[in-house]
Amino acid sequence: MSDLPVTRGTTEPPAQGAPAGPALRRRRLGPLAAGLLVLVAALVAACVLSLAVGANALPFRTVWQALTHYDPANPHHLIVVEKRLPRTLVGITVGLGLAVAGVVMQGLTRNPLADPGLLGVNAGASLFVVLALGVFGVQGSGYLWFAFLGAAVVTVVVYGVASAAGRGGATPVTMVLAGAAVTAALTSLVTGILLTDRAALDEMRFWQVGALSARDFTIFWQTLPGIAAGLVLAFAVSRGLNGLAMGEEVARGLGQKVGLVRAFAAISVVLLCGSATAAAGPISFVGLMVAHFAVRMAGPDHRWSIPYAALAGPTLLIGCDVLGRVVVRPGELQVGVVVAAVGAPLLVALIRMRGKGRR
Amino acid sequence: MTVSPSPVGRQFRRARLREARVAGALAVVIAALAVLGLTIGKASVSPPEVFSALIGRADAMTRFVILELRMPRMVTALLAGACLGLSGAVLQSILRNPLASPDIIGVTNSASAAGVIGLILLGISGLALSGIVLAGTVAATAVVYLLSWRRAAHQLVIVGIGVSAVCASVVSYVFTRSDIRDAQEALVWINGSLGRSGWDTALTLAVCAAALLPASLAFGRRLTVLELGDDPAAALGVKVGRTRTLMLGLAAALAAAAVAVVGPVPFVALVSAPIARRLTATGSVALLPSALIGAAVLLASDLVAQFAIPDVPLPAGVVTGVVGAPYLLWILVRSGLRRG
Repeated sequence: MSDLPVTRGTTEPPAQGAPAGPALRRRRLGPLAAGLLVLVAALVAACVLSLAVGANALPFRTVWQALTHYDPANPHHLIVVEKRLPRTLVGITVGLGLAVAGVVMQGLTRNPLADPGLLGVNAGASLFVVLALGVFGVQGSGYLWFAFLGAAVVTVVVYGVASAAGRGGATPVTMVLAGAAVTAALTSLVTGILLTDRAALDEMRFWQVGALSARDFTIFWQTLPGIAAGLVLAFAVSRGLNGLAMGEEVARGLGQKVGLVRAFAAISVVLLCGSATAAAGPISFVGLMVAHFAVRMAGPDHRWSIPYAALAGPTLLIGCDVLGRVVVRPGELQVGVVVAAVGAPLLVALIRMRGKGRR
Repeated sequence: MTVSPSPVGRQFRRARLREARVAGALAVVIAALAVLGLTIGKASVSPPEVFSALIGRADAMTRFVILELRMPRMVTALLAGACLGLSGAVLQSILRNPLASPDIIGVTNSASAAGVIGLILLGISGLALSGIVLAGTVAATAVVYLLSWRRAAHQLVIVGIGVSAVCASVVSYVFTRSDIRDAQEALVWINGSLGRSGWDTALTLAVCAAALLPASLAFGRRLTVLELGDDPAAALGVKVGRTRTLMLGLAAALAAAAVAVVGPVPFVALVSAPIARRLTATGSVALLPSALIGAAVLLASDLVAQFAIPDVPLPAGVVTGVVGAPYLLWILVRSGLRRG
């Protein structure tokens, strides 16, 4: 297989994929900062909608009162603070985690297809959740830790295999191949377990669709530390990722500790994806989509694309969650479904715009 | 590949000879697997009895077990495996990417989505289900192809991933809306099961395969030229764009026919071509061996699936997934070690 010209199909052409140092500096700070402000506004708007819209839509004033003068006796206040607020907060952390993980992954693997779903992280989390539900009989939100552990184990396995496979480190193609292989194997194992255990299947099908409904403060507080730590790490390695984008040899020549950057980036991805998937189930696509968006808007400098993703991810996820509450009233469409339905056309449009005039 | 014409010609002949030898060996393996599949089971039948059942001399019970239960299942597995293996080989060659497989361009997941909609929401099965799956798969593949029309190969893959994601979430959503028993039944189906195959499914598949397999093998000769690169191939008189479209269509149709009947079996399409490439060791795509390996893999997987866990008939796809993945990982690591 090594003799196939595989990279032609899966990596970006060097003209777009390899930013030169001066080009990074030439981008103006003003427009980039303004873009961040627009994203902040969009996120706030999405959060307000998330608090106000639902099975019974509440006026904004009631929402505001619920937040500022909480009255447990008022059923409206109860809905906002006990149901919609934690749901929104979980949406923020999950969206942030998936999106930033997507950017870091794409920087790390230099692969425009990198996504938590594609590299096997979601599958690892799913397998461990199934084990928790089916084999160990875990109750409540205890499966959270299993999801996290599964994400971590699979990231290490995929990365290890890809490193062993590539010449002097993980290459984009080996990494995605390893991810695809692991995903397929784990999905099959999950199915095997689910077929022998109907009770686990019954719970699993609601987790596996990827949803924010029925998420409470406990889940939010359990998710927060992992996401925060992952975000800090992602910022810490953003410069190193810029170096990696120029190619390993160049980065090494510039005196970067390539191995260290890779390791920390991988840890950051584990923390972000693991926490996000534990909290909301395997939502694919946010990472892929937001990373493409962030790089397109903010350019190839990770010090800018990571904050862009950190804001755009939650906006997208919460927006989709709100949309899911509205479209099939009185029922609800889970956010994982909506993200895919919204994201696929968006991604296709993005790809088509980019590919104009190129074959 | 950058040698002068006459050694290329000699190399080509030697490659064909080697391909034929590999194909012969694979045929023997498949025959052995088929005999094994016909003999073992709840009612164990000896190979001579199998033979007499085939020529109509065995008692009614044996005849029923062999001809009505095990034969159609075996034929279905063979044909579906061959279709998937060939489809994967064609796709990987065209897209020049060992990752490419029907799974990536959206065939598998759209088949799953169409399948669960048919099984759970519409409550149909059998040939009607195959029809819906076929229609859904062809529609999804056409969408993927049209959206990535005249664009680079990696864009086809990204569009495929997009469509796959939508289909996968449709599956998850239908699962949450369904009765748990229906969900379990559908779960068996979307992992590629041969448990429900009979002569009707075998026949459906046979008709599709009779049209698609020879056509793919015949046009597939041009793939070898296409692998040299677009410009050299055009210089050699191959209409690159048209050939690629045709082969993509054939690959999608092959995969669609297989998954419409047995459900989306993962990995068979992905692993068959790399194995065939390694066996023939000619450095170019080996279509017939890929098809044969696909058949052998699915046949063997179904045997393991039937008897691995007592009293739990697993779908064959669970086995192909669990076994296929480590194999691919092993190839990855090995090729890395050899180079390093």
